[in-house]
Amino acid sequence: MSDAQVLTPAGTIDWNSDKARRRVRRRYAADRRLQAYGIIAIALAVGLLSVLVASLVRTGFPAFLQTKVDLPIYVDASKVDAEDPASGNYRGLIKAALNKAIPDVPKDQQRSVRKILTSHAAYILRDYVVDHPDSIGKTITLPIALSDPFDQLYKGVIPKHMDALNWVQEEWFERLQNRNVVVEHDGRTSLKLDVYVDPAAVEDGDYVDLARNSLQAYFPRVRDSSLFEMLAPDAPAAIEKAVAEDPAIVGKTVQIYFPVSEHYATLAAGEEPTILNPRFNEAQLAAYDVFVDKGMLRTPFNWELFFNADSRFPERAGLAGAIIGSFYALLVCFMLSFPIGIAAAVYLEEFAPKNRLTDLIEVNINNLAAVPSVVFGLLGLAVFLGFFGLPRSAPLVGGMVLSLMTLPTIIITTRAALKAVPPSIREAALGVGASKHQVMLHHVLPLALPGILTGTIIGMAQALGETAPLLLIGMNAFIPSVENMGLLEPATSLPTQIFSWADSPERGFVSRTSAAILVLLGFLVIMNLVAITLRQMFQRKW
Amino acid sequence: MEERPSIQVEAPAVPEKIGGEAPAEQGDPKMKAADVNLWYGEKQALFDVNLEMFDKSVTALIGPSGCGKSTFLRCLDRMNDVIDICRVQGDIRLDGEDIYAPRVDPVQLRARVGMVFQKPNPFPKSIFENVAYGPRIHGTCRTKAEFEEVVEGSLTRAGLWEEVKDRLDEPGTGLSGGQQQRLCIARAISVNPEVLLMDEPCSALDPIATAKIETLMDELKENLCIVIVTHSMQQAARVSQRTAFFHLGKLVEVDQTSKIFTNPADQRTQDYVTGRFG
Amino acid sequence: MIGYVLLVLLVLAVVSYFLGRRRAVSAVEGREQELHSRPSYHGAFVAAWVGLPSILFVLVWLLFQGSVIDNLLLASLPAGTTDGLTAGQTSLLLSEIKSVAAGNIFGEPSATVLEAAERYNRWQTIARWSMFAAAVSIALMGLALAGGRISRDFRARHGAERIMSGLMIACSLIAMLTTLGIVLSLLIEALRFFDRVSPIEFFFGLNWEPQIPIREGQVTAGGAFGAIPVFAGTLLIALIAMLVATPIGLYSAIYLTEYAHPRIRAVIKPILELLAGIPTVVYGFFAVLTVAPAMRQFGEMIGMPIAPNSALAAGAVMGIMIIPFISSLSDDAIAAVPRAMRDGSYAMGATKGETITKVLLPAALPGIMGGVLLAVSRAIGETMIVVMAAGIIATLTANPLKPVTTVTVQIVTLLIGDTEFDNPKTLAAFALGLVLFLVTLALNVLALHIVRKYREQYE
Repeated sequence: MSDAQVLTPAGTIDWNSDKARRRVRRRYAADRRLQAYGIIAIALAVGLLSVLVASLVRTGFPAFLQTKVDLPIYVDASKVDAEDPASGNYRGLIKAALNKAIPDVPKDQQRSVRKILTSHAAYILRDYVVDHPDSIGKTITLPIALSDPFDQLYKGVIPKHMDALNWVQEEWFERLQNRNVVVEHDGRTSLKLDVYVDPAAVEDGDYVDLARNSLQAYFPRVRDSSLFEMLAPDAPAAIEKAVAEDPAIVGKTVQIYFPVSEHYATLAAGEEPTILNPRFNEAQLAAYDVFVDKGMLRTPFNWELFFNADSRFPERAGLAGAIIGSFYALLVCFMLSFPIGIAAAVYLEEFAPKNRLTDLIEVNINNLAAVPSVVFGLLGLAVFLGFFGLPRSAPLVGGMVLSLMTLPTIIITTRAALKAVPPSIREAALGVGASKHQVMLHHVLPLALPGILTGTIIGMAQALGETAPLLLIGMNAFIPSVENMGLLEPATSLPTQIFSWADSPERGFVSRTSAAILVLLGFLVIMNLVAITLRQMFQRKW
Repeated sequence: MEERPSIQVEAPAVPEKIGGEAPAEQGDPKMKAADVNLWYGEKQALFDVNLEMFDKSVTALIGPSGCGKSTFLRCLDRMNDVIDICRVQGDIRLDGEDIYAPRVDPVQLRARVGMVFQKPNPFPKSIFENVAYGPRIHGTCRTKAEFEEVVEGSLTRAGLWEEVKDRLDEPGTGLSGGQQQRLCIARAISVNPEVLLMDEPCSALDPIATAKIETLMDELKENLCIVIVTHSMQQAARVSQRTAFFHLGKLVEVDQTSKIFTNPADQRTQDYVTGRFG
Repeated sequence: MIGYVLLVLLVLAVVSYFLGRRRAVSAVEGREQELHSRPSYHGAFVAAWVGLPSILFVLVWLLFQGSVIDNLLLASLPAGTTDGLTAGQTSLLLSEIKSVAAGNIFGEPSATVLEAAERYNRWQTIARWSMFAAAVSIALMGLALAGGRISRDFRARHGAERIMSGLMIACSLIAMLTTLGIVLSLLIEALRFFDRVSPIEFFFGLNWEPQIPIREGQVTAGGAFGAIPVFAGTLLIALIAMLVATPIGLYSAIYLTEYAHPRIRAVIKPILELLAGIPTVVYGFFAVLTVAPAMRQFGEMIGMPIAPNSALAAGAVMGIMIIPFISSLSDDAIAAVPRAMRDGSYAMGATKGETITKVLLPAALPGIMGGVLLAVSRAIGETMIVVMAAGIIATLTANPLKPVTTVTVQIVTLLIGDTEFDNPKTLAAFALGLVLFLVTLALNVLALHIVRKYREQYE
């Protein structure tokens, strides 16, 4: 590009000189660099978005399925009273069914084996029997959800066995192997280490620190006590033995063979040392394997995720309560902010005189749109709960707080929509003798309505994702049943439910949280799609 | 319009010329355009334009608005490259070298062919930095003294030095319209271009500022080839040695300025210069 | 009950609409054209007079009924019952009375409580019926008043439109009221806080340990309210967020406005904007689920311990959220630089890169600065990401690998699960809220001012 001998030199720039050519090359390189930075920046932003979505989908997908076992249960008529099926001994029935399905479980292990099933199993059976009284005295096959660890195990989220050593520990050992410190001695994998046999330690008979120090000498920078797990528990005894054999070594530095602990020995043998996942015990896994071998397990779509309310147990927790709570709050928010927002926008855009007060209102609305959401939560807490004494955790209060937050959005978009209606329409209507209010109601508002609706839906979508203010007014209540929900009853919402689940330690809630986020994002996508379609359907060229 | 019966109208009085009738066609042209066609997307804006522009003289491009004269001007320093949908065909040569050849770098070309725009467009920087912009990006100056020399020289040639020498640090946007335009001229000549393109440089200025710029052009043309687009026939008559008349994307006629305004060959030129349309 | 009252009032309003209409028509014996206003305006006028005052009355009544009855109830308790009780204990007593009144009796309530519960039920009933009676009589009064004015010459349209205008003005005042409510509630509670804790300690103290004993005998730290570590943590996380978002946002904007093909721009821009539409609780979970563990692992790999709730993880994720703010505002600012600037630069023989860095960016700087300031305000006020991914313990450190806490985290943790406004712990949240509100407000006003100034420059 800088090969420019075509153009003859001119002025003070000799374009043909090497210097000029280098300079031009540099300038173009800088240009390309800037462009590359831009591409990198965009790639980063888009990449991070994809990582976000991908990690949510990856962790959330398993929660849309639920592992269930088709358990044949004999509904023993002696344990369930046909007159009053609600109060039978269903726990006993489940116990019996399990013992039948998995025979030969030792008595002391039966209890832990029962933990394979959800703690709710007896209630599932009870509900079924109450609905189907004719099943009493028969054997029925009922799909019963597995408890969280086994659900995760079946889905492959967590393993049966885990690596006993992490890769840092393996690296330590590898380093020792490379330095030929790891040797076979007396039929045991041992470390051949230099030990200074400290007379003071010999006197105390405490060889643990001696052994540790000699190992630490190979890793001067490692400050991790798990390093010493490399030594077998009887390693210090090796020093003791050596001292006993030859007391002359006290006060000298000698080589001593320390046996390594079990997992490292396995590693030295070229195998991957594993331990049983601490969530399970052998009896449970044996029982689980029976289910797997008999083909009793399957993973149907997890409708409970949508139709169950919250629960402490991941396999039973669902979003119904949160969805209903969010719906109520949004309903209140819409009922308040839609009419108020339109009325305010119409007034400010069409009727308000230009004076200090209306200027102030305008500035106010713009600033309100940028107030942190948590401050609205404080407002709700102090005014709605504190001053007016409205009930805590209620969707009514949540909706009121959310409506204060969406009002600016709705007012701003409504004003834009009103502005887009050409003045000729107003003038035409005014010209035939309509009053200003009539023009507004009969002509301008109907024309601006699609724009207003679009803005409202976008405002509602924002409100749906808002978390902090709802948290402050307590709309993160634990709602184990959807029966008693109302505007004034304690409730939760989708985003606060996500927050609560994200805080729960059970592994199953990680994937439920991701699933709940996917549901929330799904609602947001639908709302935005509706808004976009609305805008395109009614887009008018004036 | 062409069909209109020719009515003999007296040619307008040619205003007093500042530039004088310097012999224009000496030797090879500095720039030469041959069969230039240009499209904006599907729409063709220039049709087979052939024009020669000579060193040490002013060539004026006149014509009604939308006739393609500005578009043609922007071809001469490849400013149309910036517009994605623009496509240029034909042969434009600077000192006999094809400026659209793939080996030619528009950056170098534009250092040799300067341009001044219709609206003064000083950068939102100080007066000094405005003029120093060209030397800075092209690396023609190194030391502060060199920069100061170039800035003073360019501002002096642009006739602005005396007015701004005490406030070189003030923003260029703070100057009056005429001063801004002269600042833009100083900026354009700071890298010693061989050709200076001026796109209606006076249309946004008052008569006094216009007169200053015209005098300036007359001085600058001693070392330069100037091509000016103007909507004012009086200006074309005052400053230029040769005038080209564009109409509907076509070059209708090009000749000595005095000839165009007194005795044009083409009827359309006649109609235009006598004010029948445009 | 309340629903029924409102329903009755609505029905009354609809009925009176038709009454008003009929009356207007009969006032001119059916010759409608003689009326000043169309009959429907007469109807609407009457309906508004019937519906609005009575519904307004019901709402105001409802707002105050609860606290009035509570206070009456407390006052009616035998003398000495509430002596020496804290506000928390009093409200416990109240809720016990209410749950007894609702029929949920746990254990053995005392005779006073049983009596009070009975009284509570009685008063509730009285209150309900008197509200109903008052509302209906207000509605009927409105009907009589408005109905009486209907005549041939009555300008019902003007009346109805005046009512409509009044309603609209009231609606636009709600924005003002909201701001007023925010300022007042924050100010009042913050002042109560500063009554207990000196402002000097709050603004300059280096020790933040708000977990003070709420009940007697509870073992906690002594309680210290020096907010400097909290402010410092907020700034640290905001700084990290800006360090992530500014280059990415700015370079994306440069690429999209100056280099990208329009078709690429049309695809990429909405994708970037999508980042702004994702709820922040999602980002918070993303930080906990993916970013923080990844950083931890990376730290382990290079032998640097990174806390699981490090400022870096929270700040970085917040930065991702903020990218679209910076990119779209910078985009606007760069696009607003007039074409003439670009032309001038290109005509001097500048490359695209030189034009951008030497002409466009300096020219667009105020607009970009405004965008950055708005983004800073966002970062400071952002709550969920830090609540989920940042620390709770206030440590004064500039090390991004350590956990720090922020103003918003403290507000949420101090208030979750606590409703009593009578101890410094909860009041401190309001003091922090006041600081947060004022700082973000100042940043917004400044940013909007700069952006507006900048727009004027090129108009």
